[in-house]
Amino acid sequence: MSQDKSTLSTPVAALGRVTLAVLARLGDMFLFFLESLALIFSSPSQFPKAVRQTYFIGVGSVLLILLIGLFTGMVMGLQTYYALSKFGSEGFLGAAVALAVVRELGPVLAAIMVTGRAGSSMTAEIGVMRISDQVDALEVMGINPVSYLVSPKLAACLVSFPILTTFFDLIGIVGGYVTGVALMGGNAGVYISRVQDSIEWGDVWVGYVKALVFGAIVCTVCCYKGYYTHLQQDLAGPEGVSSSTTQAVVLSSVLILLSDYLLTSIFL
Amino acid sequence: MPSVPDIRLENLTVGYEGKAVVSDIDVVLPGGRISVILGGSGSGKSTLLRHILRLEEPIAGTVCFGDHDICRLSKRDMHCIKQRIGVLFQDGALLGSLTLADNVALPLREHTRLSRKRIQEIVEGKLALVGLEKFLDYYPNELSGGMRKRAGLARAMVMDPAILFCDEPTSGLDPVTAADLDQLLLEMHRTFGMGMVVVSHDLANMRAIADFVMVLGDGRVLFQGTRQELESVDDPYLRRFLDRKAEERQGPRVGETAVDASVMKVDCSRYWSMGK
Ligand SMILES: Nc1ncnc2c1ncn2[C@@H]1O[C@H](COP(=O)(O)OP(=O)(O)O)[C@@H](O)[C@H]1O
Ligand SMILES: [Mg+2]
Repeated sequence: MSQDKSTLSTPVAALGRVTLAVLARLGDMFLFFLESLALIFSSPSQFPKAVRQTYFIGVGSVLLILLIGLFTGMVMGLQTYYALSKFGSEGFLGAAVALAVVRELGPVLAAIMVTGRAGSSMTAEIGVMRISDQVDALEVMGINPVSYLVSPKLAACLVSFPILTTFFDLIGIVGGYVTGVALMGGNAGVYISRVQDSIEWGDVWVGYVKALVFGAIVCTVCCYKGYYTHLQQDLAGPEGVSSSTTQAVVLSSVLILLSDYLLTSIFL
Repeated sequence: MPSVPDIRLENLTVGYEGKAVVSDIDVVLPGGRISVILGGSGSGKSTLLRHILRLEEPIAGTVCFGDHDICRLSKRDMHCIKQRIGVLFQDGALLGSLTLADNVALPLREHTRLSRKRIQEIVEGKLALVGLEKFLDYYPNELSGGMRKRAGLARAMVMDPAILFCDEPTSGLDPVTAADLDQLLLEMHRTFGMGMVVVSHDLANMRAIADFVMVLGDGRVLFQGTRQELESVDDPYLRRFLDRKAEERQGPRVGETAVDASVMKVDCSRYWSMGK
C-alpha cells in the first residue's frame, strides 16, 4: 500500500520541488535586482563607471542594432508586401511594418541581440572575477561588489535599451521602405503617411516600457549568473563560468519572450 | 595606533555546506603580533582565513575581534572593521580591468575624500614600498606572480590597516624573492606595529616571521604556541612536518606503476634512452 502511495506522489512531489526551486531562484534574482537598483546612486564614484558601461553596452551595440534592424525591416517589407498584395491592400504596408517593429520586434530583437553581445560578456567578466577571488577582495575591502560591479551595468542597460530600441525602430521602418517601396514598387507617399497615421504615442510607450523591462531582465540575469557562478554543483573554475554564460544567455532570452507576451497581453 | 585586538576563535568549526574541514578550533591569535597558520596543502588554512574574514558562515562557534563577535556584527560595524584590515589573497586578487595604480588607489577612492593628488602620492609611496614604483601603469596580467603578490600587498596596506591577513604570501616564489617578502612583512610589522595573520605551508617563511604559530592537520588544530615551543615539540607528525620528511607511503612504489614501453608499442630510442 505504502509503496503505491509513494510512486503516485513522487512525480507530483518532484514537480512541486522543481516549481518551488524555480520560484525561489526567480525571487532571489528579483532581490538581486532591487539591491543593484538601490545602489545605483550610492556614491558619486558610480557615475563614471556607469558612463563607461553605457559606452560598452550602448554605444558598442549601435552598429549591430542598425544592421539587424535594417534586415528585419527589409524582411518585414517583403513578407508583408507579399501577404497584403494577395488582398490588394499593399497600401497598408507602412502601418503593418511600423506597428510590428515599434510594438514588438524593436524591443525584443534589440534585447536579444544585446544579450548575446553584452550580456554574455557581463556574465563572463563577473564570473572570472568571482573564481579569481576578485569579488571576495572587493568584499573584504569594504566595497560592496554588487554596487561596484552590477549597479553601473544596470544603469547602463536602463539607459541604453530604450535608445537602442529607438534606433532599431527607425532603421526597421527604413528597411521596410527599401523593400516594400524601392524594390517592390509600392507607393512612397502612401507608405510614409501610413506610418505616420498608424503609430500613436501609446505604441511608442509600450515599446519603451518593454525596452526598460528587458534591460532590467538582461542585466539582472547575466550579472546574477556570473556573481553566483561558484555555487554551481559539479562545475568549477573556467568550466563553471562558461556554463554560467550559456545559462545566462538562454535564461535571458526565455524571460525576454515570456515577459514580452505578458506585457503585450496587458497593454493590448 | 590603538592597541590591536586579539582574534579569538571559540569552538569554531569551519567548512562548506555543512561539511566540516577543520573542527573545534579554540585559539587566541595574539593582537599586534605575527601569527602564522601553518599546515599542509588542503589542510583548511584558506578555509579558516575565509571564515575569519566573514566570507563564509561558520558551521559552529564564533570568531571575535577583541570583544566583538563578527558573526553577529551589524553590516555597518562590519564595514568599519573592513576598513581597518587589509587582505592579501593567494594570487593577489587584483582587479584585472584596472592598472596597478588604480588597484591600489581603489580603497582610498571608495572610502576617503582625499584629493586626487594626495591619493596619487600615497599610491606611489605604497608601491615604492613593495618595489613596484616603475609599474604604475601596468595591468595585473602583465606582471609575474611575485609582482602580483607584492602589488596585492601594497593594496592591502593602503588604508594603513591594524591587522593584515596574508594567504600564502611566499608560495610560488623563488627562495630569494620569498625571503625578500618575509623581510618586507617584518619591516612593516616593526614600522607600523600592525598585527598580522599569515597563512603558510612554507617552513622557512614561518621561521622567518612567526611570533605565534597554529598548525592545522587532520581536520583539527595540531599545535598552538610560540615558535620556540613548536621547534621543541616531539609529536611525530609535527616533527616530520618540521623536518620535511616524506611520510611512509602506503601505496605502490613509483617504479611498480611504470608501463613497459614495448607494451605501448612506442620506440623512442632514436631520441633518448632511459636506463636500458
Ligand atoms: N568552495 C569550496 N567548497 C567545498 N569545499 C571546499 C571549497 N574550497 C575548499 N574546499 C575543501 O576544503 C579543504 C581545504 O581547502 P583549503 O582551505 O583551500 O586548503 P589550504 O588552503 O590549506 O590548501 C579541501 O579539502 C577542499 O577540498
Ligand atoms: Mg590555500
